[in-house]
Amino acid sequence: MRIEQRTHRPRALFLLAPVLAVLAALAISGGLIALTGASVLDAYGHILAGALGTRLAITETLTRATPLILTGLAAAVAFRARLWNIGGEGQFFIGAIAVAAVGAELTAGLPAALAIPVLLVVGALGGMVLMVTALGLRLRFNVDEVVTTLLLNFVAILFVSMMIEGPFKDPMAFGWPQSVPVADNATLPRLIERSRLHVGLVIAIALAVAIYLLQARTVFGMRSKAAGFNAPAAAFAGVPLGRTLMMVACLSGGLAGLAGAVQVLGVRGYVTTDLSPGFGYSGIVIAMLANLNPIGVVAAAVFAAVMFIGADGMSRAVGIPSYIADVTVALSLLTMLVALFFTQYRIRR
Amino acid sequence: MDALWILASTGLWDAVLRIATPLIFGTLGALLCERAGVLNLGIEGIMTFGAMIGWLTVFSGGGLWTGLLVAALCGALFGLLHAALTVPLGLSQHVTGLGITLFAAALSYYIFRLVVPLEASPPTIEAFRPVEIPILAEIPFLGEVIANQTAPTYLALALVAVMGWVLFRTPLGLAIRMTGENPHSAEAQGVNPLVVRTACVMAGSALMGVGGAFLTMSAFNSFFPTMVQGRGWICIALVVFASWRPGWALFGAVLFATFDAYQLRLQSALENTVPYQLFLMAPYLAAIVALAFMARKARVPQALMRPYRRGER
Repeated sequence: MRIEQRTHRPRALFLLAPVLAVLAALAISGGLIALTGASVLDAYGHILAGALGTRLAITETLTRATPLILTGLAAAVAFRARLWNIGGEGQFFIGAIAVAAVGAELTAGLPAALAIPVLLVVGALGGMVLMVTALGLRLRFNVDEVVTTLLLNFVAILFVSMMIEGPFKDPMAFGWPQSVPVADNATLPRLIERSRLHVGLVIAIALAVAIYLLQARTVFGMRSKAAGFNAPAAAFAGVPLGRTLMMVACLSGGLAGLAGAVQVLGVRGYVTTDLSPGFGYSGIVIAMLANLNPIGVVAAAVFAAVMFIGADGMSRAVGIPSYIADVTVALSLLTMLVALFFTQYRIRR
Repeated sequence: MDALWILASTGLWDAVLRIATPLIFGTLGALLCERAGVLNLGIEGIMTFGAMIGWLTVFSGGGLWTGLLVAALCGALFGLLHAALTVPLGLSQHVTGLGITLFAAALSYYIFRLVVPLEASPPTIEAFRPVEIPILAEIPFLGEVIANQTAPTYLALALVAVMGWVLFRTPLGLAIRMTGENPHSAEAQGVNPLVVRTACVMAGSALMGVGGAFLTMSAFNSFFPTMVQGRGWICIALVVFASWRPGWALFGAVLFATFDAYQLRLQSALENTVPYQLFLMAPYLAAIVALAFMARKARVPQALMRPYRRGER
């Protein structure tokens, strides 16, 4: 038995891979549910109903998908250039706290049409700073960005904690550590009445399309792809590696920071340390499930959001811990890697 | 002045050994994997699972050493999963490792919540008791420092010596290092790189599991989510800091633990004049700074993160 590269890769395989991966992940999680004695179909039924059963549920799922699309894009653009940005979580929080810092007073007098774009840019800049720091350490000191971005996640959350217990603390919050809410003129407009779904979803999808075009149609897109495939060859062919990676880092960190900004301006209004239930880490799974395709990221983010939102309702109804959603999403990353492998290789006897 | 007195207190060095123990296990585990050429970013999740399953074993009636053994076995199983995906299939070690971390952590929380409902406060177990060592306990300063140490701490210290001996003084160690440097020449010498890598990842992951279990079975006596707090990532950084040498790994772990124990005491000595988060940040920042100093000098195993396929360069 040996492994052999496929000479021909049918397009259908690439579309089939994520579907099979998700089904395999659901099957393994089903085994974990069955171990508790509960009915698997019943549990999955409750997940679907909880995520898509009512109008409110659907809007909640899409609201949850919004930051996931952005963190998924952040991971996807970085991974394509083999820049291992695992710091989406930290960049998310720095983006959020940057918005809280500026949004409470500085932009209070501005009209919404000006305040919102300014704050979104501020959030993106926040995330950018953190990622560029990590890349700077790699370029200057040869420090692997995987470790630095991972460690900076903890630093970032502690920094946020320090800020919301210190200078940005809301005096009206009965002592709870949370930031002063952003001014009303800066909250993102709702897409649908009587729901939490906000314009952030439109922004996220538009960015997915924009990044798709950027990667498919521009010199930068080709360079970042070349840097990922074979850095020495790309450098030999005249690709400015450092500058390309720096742009990728700005884009990736900026997207994760923007996710934090959007979550504050669209949903919460203020920052706490539990603003993100692991959006940054889920973004990595979403990027891989989408095979790093920006349009695919949108679909993968909706899948993850369905699992997370659905599992909450299922947990209340069936009594299975809602962590089953995290298990399924993490498993789908592993099964997707295997599925992707078989789009490139086949096993011959 | 108070800040310096802390260094002379036995309490500090007592804490240093306690904080260093899981780091020693984890760093040795990661080091073993990387010496064979496989980066194992599953460490954070494997430590979480080890912490949970070690606690659960004792909580449901098992002995303490059984708990450690179960944690090691579960670690090895996650290691097998990581190895299966990265060694014969040659998948990205970065992404697979992160997948293992996310999966192992989520599975730990899932199993934990099945046993302990959300409302209950985390149930405790009877943790490892300090070991009494007859003669050493009589020595003034040292005696007090080791008075509270438990058996796994001594196991960790012994493992450093064993790992150093195996890696650099035995044919097995030569095979492991050769696989990490150049699997093709290892194969030419009759060593099967796939087997060596798989075995090293399993053994290394078992150590990571034990490191996690120390947290719930000696350092604390209960499990709670997110208790590993990036210790796994610190271990990955320590391997680079140690330049893939077990003795230096011990030095790095103790240095880091000293830093951590010191900031905790400094925090209470300075009493709220400085935000406590700055102190909590310091260890992570110290790890990054240490990497910036050491990364250039470190001698990376040449085939680290390069998948090996027969007949392919």
